[in-house]
Amino acid sequence: MRFSPAQRRYNRRVLILSLIYTALLFAAVYLLSRHLVSGPLAYVVGILPALAVCGFFWLMAVYLVEESDEYLRMLQVRQLLFATGIALSAATIWGFLEGFELLPHVVGYVWPIVWLAALGIGCWANRLIERGNALIGRGRAGL
Amino acid sequence: MINRLKDLRTTRGWSQQALAERLDISRQSVIAIETGRYDPSLPLAFRIAELFECRIEDVFVSPSAHHAAG
Repeated sequence: MRFSPAQRRYNRRVLILSLIYTALLFAAVYLLSRHLVSGPLAYVVGILPALAVCGFFWLMAVYLVEESDEYLRMLQVRQLLFATGIALSAATIWGFLEGFELLPHVVGYVWPIVWLAALGIGCWANRLIERGNALIGRGRAGL
Repeated sequence: MINRLKDLRTTRGWSQQALAERLDISRQSVIAIETGRYDPSLPLAFRIAELFECRIEDVFVSPSAHHAAG
């Protein structure tokens, strides 16, 4: 499969940001678990890996802006909507059950991870929908 | 939306990739439009019609007209 120029830029940026995120995460874990930093600096060290994760969301927005192919853009938007719907629904359901003390507490950064995983479900849903649309299209054309 | 894009393309002997490059879109988009999976925006529909030097109606079949004919 050929990638569009915007997809190639997105993939390259994600790769670079992944390396930055990994470096920042290891540095934060090393420094904070050994109490090598404290006070405001500890907050700065702690927030840096989180900002890298926020960067992934920003890169997706940049991709949507840069993608000139409207069909690919539509697929990406649908994938993001699936992921957002799944992650928000999961967070809401878990939150209620946790509030009723039926489920244990989970840390907040679980939900962005769920959202990223749900992007995979969105990709799969895209394929399923497109296959269905192809069958409908052939049916309409009488093929 | 039913369309004649595949007929028009093959008449000129163009591959899907060649058409995609002429329209500055992906091959995936060409496939999606040809198979009726995706209805292009009006600007893209105009670009397609202009490339084949015909009217939009000569490329795309109006859904209402198709229903009336059916």
